[in-house]
Amino acid sequence: MLRIHYKEYEALRAHGEETYPNECCGVLLGKNTPGNGTEAMNHVQQIVHAGNTRTDSAHNRYHIAPQELVKIQRQARGLGLDIVGFYHSHPDHPAQWSQTDFAEAHWLGCSYIITSVEQGKAVLTNSFLLSGAGEDDKQFDDEAIQIDIADAAAHNQKGQE
Amino acid sequence: MNIHIPTPLRAYTGGLETVSISGATVHAVFQQLTVQYPEVKQHLFTPEGKLRSFVNVYLNDDDIRYLEAKEETAVKDSDELTIIPSIAGGTSCCR
Repeated sequence: MLRIHYKEYEALRAHGEETYPNECCGVLLGKNTPGNGTEAMNHVQQIVHAGNTRTDSAHNRYHIAPQELVKIQRQARGLGLDIVGFYHSHPDHPAQWSQTDFAEAHWLGCSYIITSVEQGKAVLTNSFLLSGAGEDDKQFDDEAIQIDIADAAAHNQKGQE
Repeated sequence: MNIHIPTPLRAYTGGLETVSISGATVHAVFQQLTVQYPEVKQHLFTPEGKLRSFVNVYLNDDDIRYLEAKEETAVKDSDELTIIPSIAGGTSCCR
């Protein structure tokens, strides 16, 4: 399961709208609770926008520079968080992983969020857990998304006081 | 020196995000890493012993592939190695 705050969830969807008609990408920071089946959870506590280096084909490809990933991992360490996944958008394409997404996925145990953006508007957001023991038997599993809304409401109320 | 382990490989380092390994070169440090944590080896290297193409290794802020001596680059205890698998993808379909 992927657990994410409503504010972060909306922010990653908005990122897809901002970069439309190109793909957006970013990193999910949080904590992983290991386990089998539904016990396993990636709890996102912060998202980090990343640059898409595939400027040659940004409408249907994304790539995060490794140097930027190193910095983001450093940032996560400073916050006491881990990289628990990634997100990107599919402009005018379904929110389903593609063969390219699968071939380029190497972070086992991490969540890969995909948002479909149709005509500039974010539509569906799905998450897929990359499971398996290695490159030979990896697979994407559909993953439920739990969105924390109550906390967001409480946070907003507090902010208005 | 400290080696920072990416989330997927921590299952093979006892959950550690950072491991401390001694060695004179990047290659020597990697050798020792795989002795200390044998299960890490297959995830980092091909059966032929080459670093897997999707695994990026940074010595401080430098990609070791672009260093003159590459994996034979000398290291100090105060240096840091970061292992970072690549992240990419896309819709595949051409428009």
